[in-house]
Parts: sequence; structure tokens; C-alpha cells
Amino acid sequence: MGAIYILWLRELKRYTRSRVQVVVSLGQPILYLLAFGAGFSPVFRQAGLGSYLQFIAPGIIGMTVLFSSIFNGIAMLWDRQFGFLKETLVAPVSRLEIMIGRTLGGATVAMIQGTLVLIISMLFGFRPHSWAVLPVAFFFVFLVAMVFSALGTAIGSVIKDMQGFQLVMNFMVMPIYFLSGALYPLANLGKVMTVITRLDPLTYGVDGLRGSLISVWHFNPALDATVLAGVACCFLALGAYLFSRIEV
Amino acid sequence: MIRVQNLVRTFGDFTAVNNISFDVAEGEIFAFLGPNGAGKSTTIKMLTTLLRPTSGTITLNGLDPNVKQREARQSFGIVFQDPSLDQEQTAYENMDLHGVLYHVPRKVRVQRIESLLKIFELWDRKDAMVKTFSGGMKRRLEIARGFLHTPKILFLDEPTLGLDPQSRNQLWTHVKSINETEKTTVFLTTHYMDEADRVAHRIAIMDHGAIVATGTSAELKEQTNTDSLEAAFLALTGSTLRDEGADAKQGLRQMAQMFGRR
Ligand SMILES: Nc1ncnc2c1ncn2[C@@H]1O[C@H](COP(=O)(O)OP(=O)(O)OP(=O)(O)O)[C@@H](O)[C@H]1O
Ligand SMILES: [Mg+2]
Repeated sequence: MGAIYILWLRELKRYTRSRVQVVVSLGQPILYLLAFGAGFSPVFRQAGLGSYLQFIAPGIIGMTVLFSSIFNGIAMLWDRQFGFLKETLVAPVSRLEIMIGRTLGGATVAMIQGTLVLIISMLFGFRPHSWAVLPVAFFFVFLVAMVFSALGTAIGSVIKDMQGFQLVMNFMVMPIYFLSGALYPLANLGKVMTVITRLDPLTYGVDGLRGSLISVWHFNPALDATVLAGVACCFLALGAYLFSRIEV
Repeated sequence: MIRVQNLVRTFGDFTAVNNISFDVAEGEIFAFLGPNGAGKSTTIKMLTTLLRPTSGTITLNGLDPNVKQREARQSFGIVFQDPSLDQEQTAYENMDLHGVLYHVPRKVRVQRIESLLKIFELWDRKDAMVKTFSGGMKRRLEIARGFLHTPKILFLDEPTLGLDPQSRNQLWTHVKSINETEKTTVFLTTHYMDEADRVAHRIAIMDHGAIVATGTSAELKEQTNTDSLEAAFLALTGSTLRDEGADAKQGLRQMAQMFGRR
């Protein structure tokens, strides 16, 4: 328990101490809120779909949690390079505990980031349809954070250099984001896109967020939560396995 | 205390450690000497569960470290050749994290951290981020950390790398004293022959993955008909330089620095 706690705390400290990083990582969602929320609004409204800002804010919260979670996992690359990973790997605690501590830490940071973006989007004019839904939204933020922190840990266990990092960002994280329905409605997408979006775990996270926040569901809460929890368990198992195989 | 039999480790088709066997008795200070790339660090990594042996057996304190990992890990401490500190935390936090990972009770932890940081003259800087430390200070912190959980076996992989003479003296004095008072077994590597000569009870000389000689300093000199350990070392391993693989890590470190993570 002590090990899980101290490693969780470490992730949190790293986050709160790097203020620059906090600001930088909030810059991107703000840009998206501005560019999409304001820029695409007229088109969206003309199509009779209502306010695009209302529509996209949950998607951008999902994006923030996705990026933040994966990035935290991949930050293991630096721990490997600067050697700190070795220190934890020779300690008399199971790899599972180390992996859980790191993953929970990453998920917590991602949830904080998601919450900050929710607050920022409200400053931009976003309004949840009722305040009572916030706990449900947080639950989905938590699920998304767990899914992708676990995936991040799994990836962090196998990549060894910056090239690997680029590869993951371009061929995994960006597609997960763009193919998730974070930016567009899932209705009437065409067969291929429908299949692809349904294979993307973030789709269910965004749907859960959008559903709970503005009451527009494509699926339903039970399905979203079940899929996310299931995927989280798979990724946790995968992460635990890959983490246990690390040699330095 | 440490028993190694027919240990082999290969990387692809390169054999880094080639069928070595040795024993280290409880309370002994055992030095592993050898030119760059001889396989010393690889051996230590296998002994400390960081690398899986390709073949051969290891027994630490009566346990197979690859089976009884947790017990074995609790019983040893290690100072790595490469840095292994968390740069983004303070010296004190690094020590504390180590103490928690090694199940040192809080009270004992607080006391020992204070005394060790004082011994290695880091107490004044305990709340400074490790990334602001000089190379030698980081090294001293790594060493202090290795002693924190009072290990039964201590692995020191070139612990004095980059240290000034004062700190080196301090380190070896401390190592000798815990070896005498607590019967800690010490397994060390170094490129400073005078250090090995001074502290080690027994020395093994390794070259190209194999052990070429074992014995006390006096025995090695006698065996090679030389009058210093350095001369004996050169007689046993020749005087050609060993080519080390290009340091691939260096490029990445620079990259990471550019991202401001240091
Ligand atoms: N992960 C690895 N992959 C491939 N080769 C490796 C790996 N680790 C070590 N080697 C090789 O194994 C050999 C032994 O390396 P090792 O680090 O054990 O040497 P050493 O005796 O500690 O040398 P030094 O005195 O320079 O620290 C070297 O040739 C090295 O290139
Ligand atoms: Mg070495």
C-alpha cells in the first residue's frame, strides 16, 4: 500500500510542480474551444444542430483526459532514461504495485486536467444541462482516465526512445481522438466509419460525457460505462504484464 | 552469501557474461575489476533481478533472486553505475520514497535519513531539487540512499565515479565501518585499483565476460609477479583499449533536455 501511495503522490507532485507544463497543456484545449467553438458554430447552427460549443466541450474534455493520461504513461520513457525506473524495479515491492501506483497517479492528474478544462469551457459559455449531472460526468472522466492511463503505462513499458514516442502520438493517440466522435456527431456516418468509431474506446467516453453533460446520448450510460470498464480492465492487465517484463 | 554458478548472459549473439562462477562469504568485501565492457555491470544487474540470466544459477542469502524476488530484494541495496535519482524531487523526498519502498518504519526512516544525509554532507541541501545538485552531490545522495534500509548485501557499481577525494574517503570509511559493525557483505566494482587494494578482502578480475583470476590483492600480485595491483591488472587483461558501444542514451538525454524535463 505504501508503495502505491508514494508513487501516486510522486506523479501528483510532478504535475503540480511543473506550472509551465500545466499552462502549456491547457493551451491546446483552449485553442480548440476557440477555434471550433467559435469558428464552426455558424455552420453547425445552420445545419440545425444547435450550439457547437455545447456539443464540442465534452469532446474536448475527453481529448484532454486522453492526452494527459497517455502522456503520463509515456513519461516513463524519461524515468527509464534518467534511471529512476531502475530504483523502483529493484525495490522489494511487486511490479503490480508499482504499475498501479503510477497508473493511478497518471489517472488522477488527467482527471484534474479534465476538470480544469470543464471550468474553462464554462468560462467560454458552456453550460451543463443541470448541475446534478456533474458526478456522473466525473465518473466518466474517471473511466476514461483509467482506460488511457493503463494504455499509457503499457506503451511506456515497451517504447524505448523518442521515435517510439512520435510513432505512438501520430498513429495511435491522434487517430483515437479524431475517430471518436469528439468533434462530430456519430449519427449517419457511413458503414466503415461507424465500425471504426465503435472500435474506439474514447467514443464511449465522449458519449458518456456528452450524454451526462448536455443530455445528448448516442448510446446509453450503461453501455458506455460497461465498455469503458471492460476496456480499462483489459488495458490494466496488459499494462501489468508488459510492465513486469521490463528489463533495464 | 552470494553464490554464482555458470552464469551466462547474451544480448542477441553477443555474450556479455560468459559462464562465470564465484562465491562471496558473509561479511566479505569482494571487488570485481575489469576493463570497460568486461561484463561487471551486467553481472550486477543479474544479481539484483534487473536482468534475467540466459543460464546459470544465482543464490543470494540462500534465496534464488528470480524466484523469491521480494525477499531477495529486501536483503540487498544497490548503488548503480548510472544515475537513478528522481531529478524532480528533493533529496529528502528521494530518501523518503526509498524508505517507503523498502518498508522502513516511519520513525526509523526519519532518523536514518537525517544521519545519512549528515554523514554524506547533504543535510543542508535536503530540500533542494536533485536536478540542482552537482554531479558529486547526486552521487553522494545515491550512496546515502543505498544504505538507508540497512541491507545485508550491498552492491556498489563504481560508486566513486565522479567523486572528490574527500567524498571517496568518506564513502570507503563508511563502507568499512558497516562491514565491520553490521557484517554487511559488500560487492563492489571500481576502476581505481588503490580503492580495491585498500578495502577489498578478495578480488576477481574479469575480462571479455569471463573471470580470469580470483584472489587477495597479494595473491594476484604474486601470481603475476608484479608489485602493484595495477600492474597485476594490466598483466592479466592486456593493455589494449576496449571499444565500448556508442552511447545511444546520450542522444535521447539531449532530446529530453530540449523538452525541459531535466
Ligand atoms: N542491454 C544491452 N544490450 C546489448 N548489449 C549490452 C547491453 N548491456 C550491456 N551490453 C554489452 O555487454 C557488455 C558488458 O557491459 P557491462 O555494462 O556489463 O560492462 P562493464 O564491465 O560494467 O563496463 P564498464 O566498466 O564500462 O562499466 C558490453 O559490451 C555492452 O556493450
Ligand atoms: Mg559497468
